[in-house]
Amino acid sequence: MPALLQLKNIEKSFGTVHVLKSVNLEIHRGRAVGLAGENGAGKSTLMKILAGIYSRDAGQMIYNGETVKFTNARQAIDAGIAVIHQELNLLPELSVAENMFLGREPTKLGKIQWQEIYSKTQFWLDKLKQKIDPTTRLGTLSIAQQQMVEIARALSLNAQVIVMDEPTDALTDIEAQILFDVMKDLKAEGKGIVFISHRLAEIFTSCEDIAILRDGHMVHQGHTEDLTEHELIHHMVGRELTDQYPYTAAQTGPVRLAVKELSAKGCQEISFTAYSGEVLGFSGLVGAGRTELAKTIFGANALQSGSIEIDGKPVQISSPRQGIANGIGYVTEDRKSEGLIQIHSVGTNMTLAGLARFTSALGMVNRQSEEVTINEFIKAFSIKTQGGESLVQNLSGGNQQKVSIAKSVLVEPRILILDEPTRGVDVGAKREIYTLINKLKAEGMCILLVSSDMPELLGISDRIMVLANGKLTGEFSRDEATQEKIMHCAVAGQ
Amino acid sequence: MNIKQAAIDNKSLIGLIILMAVVSVINANFLGVDNLLNILRQTSINAVIAMGMTFVIITSGIDLSVGSILAFAGAICASLIGLDTPLTLAVIATLLVGAALGATSGVVIAYAGVQPFIATLVAMTMIRGATLVYTGGRPISTGMHEVADRFYDFGAGYTLGLPNPVVVAILVLLICWFVLTHTKLGRYVYAIGGNENVARLTGVNVRAVKITVYAISGTLAALAGIILTARLGSAQPTAGTGYELDAIAAVVLGGTSLMGGRGRIFGTIIGALIIGVLNNALNIMDVSSYYQMIAKGAVILLAVVVDSRGKSNE
Repeated sequence: MPALLQLKNIEKSFGTVHVLKSVNLEIHRGRAVGLAGENGAGKSTLMKILAGIYSRDAGQMIYNGETVKFTNARQAIDAGIAVIHQELNLLPELSVAENMFLGREPTKLGKIQWQEIYSKTQFWLDKLKQKIDPTTRLGTLSIAQQQMVEIARALSLNAQVIVMDEPTDALTDIEAQILFDVMKDLKAEGKGIVFISHRLAEIFTSCEDIAILRDGHMVHQGHTEDLTEHELIHHMVGRELTDQYPYTAAQTGPVRLAVKELSAKGCQEISFTAYSGEVLGFSGLVGAGRTELAKTIFGANALQSGSIEIDGKPVQISSPRQGIANGIGYVTEDRKSEGLIQIHSVGTNMTLAGLARFTSALGMVNRQSEEVTINEFIKAFSIKTQGGESLVQNLSGGNQQKVSIAKSVLVEPRILILDEPTRGVDVGAKREIYTLINKLKAEGMCILLVSSDMPELLGISDRIMVLANGKLTGEFSRDEATQEKIMHCAVAGQ
Repeated sequence: MNIKQAAIDNKSLIGLIILMAVVSVINANFLGVDNLLNILRQTSINAVIAMGMTFVIITSGIDLSVGSILAFAGAICASLIGLDTPLTLAVIATLLVGAALGATSGVVIAYAGVQPFIATLVAMTMIRGATLVYTGGRPISTGMHEVADRFYDFGAGYTLGLPNPVVVAILVLLICWFVLTHTKLGRYVYAIGGNENVARLTGVNVRAVKITVYAISGTLAALAGIILTARLGSAQPTAGTGYELDAIAAVVLGGTSLMGGRGRIFGTIIGALIIGVLNNALNIMDVSSYYQMIAKGAVILLAVVVDSRGKSNE
């Protein structure tokens, strides 16, 4: 059977950077092809060429037996190619339904047919098992829910080819499972899917074919059953990655953080203690209250009742400024809008929280010593950048994440809260972040790790807390924790 | 590659040089020392206001009240000097009035969450009204005594061969450059404009910084009012009308983004000089002041379009 869509010898350069080198890819009806590769391998560029967002320098694209060339995204959509983008391209001020039908609102005599929009939106949200009212303002939804809306929008285009660029990154296991079920339906309808994910297990369970990009070359293409995960990683990184989750045993010190009956928006009467030199993991479904708990401890959300003690002393924290002053660092799950100033340099982002370190009594910043520190951190965190002057927006997700962590660590916090630290980060960079976490732990830092990536949480944490509906529903030591036990607690009370 | 980058980084400067080259070909008198000093003197008032505006715009705000603050401060300064107040005291008191007026807008913006455009529009109207009430709609003379003479001499005088208003503008430039590039406050100004949410979560005291930038803008508007009053020997109640637009134009011509987070104080000076050269050129070419407004608008539009095209190609 001929391929539904075929890319042949695709070339693409940006300036002097050769991003795609004679790349071939086939997408077949009723099959999903998993596209794997490290960040910067060229996956997103290839998909943007497919979707008409970038034009190719050379090569052919054959779709339904015809050679096509899209010069803008609209043409690709009209031809039946839909993309679920990695970055959410939704407008927070509009309703869910308005976002779903933006630019293609059904009209009669120029009047928008709202009933039709709402009912169709409801249909696709139901299909994705999302209890979301189509009239809800999008910005009030969690990131995971927004991602599901993005998926619903792509599905509603009734496309023949659906590109999913890391759709599960912002999702918990339950929502990801819903997506996999929908993928099965789509394949049964004869549609072709390209699925990009950093979670390799997902590629193995939900894709029939695998294509692997490395440094702009397609280094492997074939059926999923002919490949092991080990071989896949080998192809991706071009080297052996021995241990995906390096763990070093904790030298646990005294109690660093004691939270007593904390209640706040999204959290109810949560009590726990965390020790210095410990990684305390937080598991739970999206909306379970993990991020809210983290933000309340840090001071970004208001504490309604309860108390927090650090090193045995009660603290009052009602703003991020006080949180930082009390030795808390918070690395947000949302790098783009909460973590880093995208249009500013790596260096200025890194030192923004800890600027006081380089400032004289008169408010003057010592730029020499600042630069020395920036270069130290770039080296220590192995951040791949041309230097501290490079703009953050030009860095890959993994390197941005390292800058974000460096920014919090530079203040020398006693407690470091990491909220989804490896979201959108490739395998190699993930491992570097884990190594970094271990190093900080060894230095006696108390680390709270919020993650929806279960193998990561099990692999890195010393202890794991589970939250459901804003309440603590389970606590496990590293030895007793299993995926099943955690899941059981995570769905408790659902 | 480096030359190209340097050209992109200094677009405004290149624009200014081209403009001056064109004008000097059309009119041989343009490049005379007297005329050039005249341009600098005329530009200094807008430049001082625009430098304060640069702080505000980098935080992604806007300050429409600067023209009104200029008039109010000028009136206060003229009265104080009319009352034979020591010169230094009169100047400091006037600057404090400007700072307080600016800070008030800052408080409204930071604490009441009012949009900067609206908050400073209100301030612009109210302060203009207050100026008219205070002056009764009539100019206030600095009077005829020793302090007033010294004040007038300052406005008309020279230091190291440069008109005093130009010297003041250069000092302000050096201070603003230092604050923006070498102090914590400067970093926070850029950070807030770059992403306010990130700045807050990074522990930046966003409210305090916002109040500070509007206070700086108010202070420099008041300083411009003092310079203008010194040059004229009296304060006009309608002085500074429309100056906010020239200041914003200078900032934008200088490459500072209205979206915030980016901008350079030297760019603002170049922007102010472009407007100054343009005004001067149209004057010495005897273009009617009605046409001048159209020509000025067209040049600003052209510059901004060129600038935004450059950005979208990046």
